[in-house]
Amino acid sequence: MTTYLRPALVLLGVFSLLTGAAYPLAVTGVAQAMFPSQANGSAVVRSGTVVGSSLIGQSFMSDRYFHGRPSATSAPDPKDPSKTVDSPYNAANSTGSNLGPSSAALKTAVAERVAALGGGAQPAELVTASGSGLDPDISPRGAEVQIARVAKARGLSDERLRLLVQAQTEPRLLGVLGEPRVNVLALNLALDRLAP
Amino acid sequence: MTLDLVQFLIFAALLLALAWPLGQYMARVFTGEAQFLAPIENALLRLAGQGRPQPQRWQAYALSLLAFNAAGFAVLFLMLRYQNLLPLNPQGFGGLPAHLAFNTAISFVTNTNWQSYGGETTLSNLSQMLGLTTQNFVSAASGAAVAAAVARGFAAKQTRVLGNFWVDLTRTTLYILLPAALVLALVLVALGLPQTLAGSFDATTLEGAKQSIAIGPVASQIAIKQLGTNGGGFFNVNSAHPFENPNALSNLLTTISILLIPVAFCFTYGRLVGDRRQGRALFAAMAVLFLASFAAIYAAERLGNPLHAGLVDLASGNMEGKEVRFGILASTLWAAATTAASNGSVNAMLDSFTPLGGLVAMLNIQLGEVVYGGVGVGLTGMLLFVIITVFLAGLMVGRTPEYLGKKVEAREIKLAALTLLVMPIGILLFAALAIVTGQAQASVQDAGPHGLSELLYAYTSATGNNGSAFAGFTANTLWHNSFLGVSMMLGRFGYIIPILAIAGSLAAKRPAAETAGTFPTHGPLFVTLLVATILIVGALTFLPVLALGPIAEHVSILAGQSF
Repeated sequence: MTTYLRPALVLLGVFSLLTGAAYPLAVTGVAQAMFPSQANGSAVVRSGTVVGSSLIGQSFMSDRYFHGRPSATSAPDPKDPSKTVDSPYNAANSTGSNLGPSSAALKTAVAERVAALGGGAQPAELVTASGSGLDPDISPRGAEVQIARVAKARGLSDERLRLLVQAQTEPRLLGVLGEPRVNVLALNLALDRLAP
Repeated sequence: MTLDLVQFLIFAALLLALAWPLGQYMARVFTGEAQFLAPIENALLRLAGQGRPQPQRWQAYALSLLAFNAAGFAVLFLMLRYQNLLPLNPQGFGGLPAHLAFNTAISFVTNTNWQSYGGETTLSNLSQMLGLTTQNFVSAASGAAVAAAVARGFAAKQTRVLGNFWVDLTRTTLYILLPAALVLALVLVALGLPQTLAGSFDATTLEGAKQSIAIGPVASQIAIKQLGTNGGGFFNVNSAHPFENPNALSNLLTTISILLIPVAFCFTYGRLVGDRRQGRALFAAMAVLFLASFAAIYAAERLGNPLHAGLVDLASGNMEGKEVRFGILASTLWAAATTAASNGSVNAMLDSFTPLGGLVAMLNIQLGEVVYGGVGVGLTGMLLFVIITVFLAGLMVGRTPEYLGKKVEAREIKLAALTLLVMPIGILLFAALAIVTGQAQASVQDAGPHGLSELLYAYTSATGNNGSAFAGFTANTLWHNSFLGVSMMLGRFGYIIPILAIAGSLAAKRPAAETAGTFPTHGPLFVTLLVATILIVGALTFLPVLALGPIAEHVSILAGQSF
């Protein structure tokens, strides 16, 4: 019995220290020294206040801002902690809708979002929930279809906003990898700088 | 479309360019040639009482592995159960209920990383690091050790020993997993993954709301969960979370990492058995199955959801549950890789995939996790199918089947055939049990055939030691945590023990010289037979139930019906 038990326990202990403690702590030490911004969550600071993370989407409801994707995240109900309430872009509890493709609830939700955007075949990401519930991006076309609304609320010309969206569009990496996208928080921060 | 193809080719080229040399290096690790960490290695082994490690027969090798995994289970179970009493718990999370701690401990010890819990809302930093990250390394190392032992047994000439488990475990961790994870983790931090001991930070959004943003030691866990075919994410949504996978480059690197070691093992195997063509043949058979499954998932998701025609611009494909920065190509490539390789991490929610996309993902697992598969165990799972295939080929021509010059006889074939029962028991029997007891109906989220798919996927993922989920399924109940836990054990040790036994019995045989009548196991004919055997076994077992789930759902959608 001890033939097997001693090496099992000793190696488990040693590897716990090596891979479960030394490894993550070493990575933490190097990361904090070399890449402090990324290692601490890529916080975005505006006039001394942390307004979010450049990688994490946040909820925008007002007409004065571009909106991100629908988010399926929730939070404990303040009235009854055993239940949950909708809480879009809750960055402490990531989740997708997980609704199946034949779900009637999904179809209804999509139809409602399309109607709110004025009908027609809308860019898919604006009317479907993201996987994480925290997707920071929309497609360039998803930003374009919102230009008229934001321009009206801000008293800016459509053309000016179009240029802003173009400037904020991140192309595919090396022209190939990933998808072209617009970070909604970055776009809205630029918008605030343009017309506070 | 063209850009999608270019992206895929870049992925495939980089994967091969890395996996080939890694495979050669891994062979040197398992033969003992690589020695540059000898002082650390020898110190650890001496501490473990293995200063002069003795080669073990298959029984001792298997017992060592079982003892190590049992110890790992016990320690992890206690750590999770009582994390509230332990340090490094900045959010003050409570101890896990017994059934959840049981399920999670089994899950990480068996390299499954099925997650019945939500990472950022359940586990302390100590549990994530000392508990889960440790098992991410050593469960992968256990699988790699099995592959090394099996390769030695297949190549051996009239010996009874397969190597020493403690040495293989130690060398895999020190020479392969730790260096690779260190490099990848730091690259990932540079690309945006957090790595801190803090639990969260608060922001005031542009609209004035408070947003509490969970962070933690993310990068170190993501690096090993990808490389070790573990798959258990730091966050609930795994690699769909922007902090686990922030951009196209992080996505490319982590997708490659899923398949890197399993692909490399094909080449390692060829070197260890002294005939590289054997490794390349296994690689080719796996490649055929991988390409077919990727193409099918990609096509299904690219076409989008017909129920949403007119509402959604279908040119963007089925985007429910997917992230904009990945789009269809990167989401479906990941889905194919993670289900083929028994990894189980996700960068898009599989539950929201189209019926056929979800079907192929599920079938990838049901085939036995042999399409590259988990670290080590994917290769050995494939070798079980090789045994079956040479047996079938032998029946066709009326000769005693041979593999690598060894006669494959009744004992080996019985053991290999026995493993064909693992998947049907863990998936079909347990799913049926959940249905007749009403436990299934209580846990599925979606009505109609998709509900059956959710249940099937859960037991498929557990038995295949995959760990991904149709996440609408509520698995965190006493019943499912218990049965899924048993499925995971069955799916791990139900393969490992028989293949070690086969290796033990082949090791003792004398290899015969190749003659004109020898059936070559490295040519296109054998690869075709092997692929056909895998597909026929998988299809015969699972087509009936897939017809009731995803296929029925697909037909309903075409008829315009939702549930």
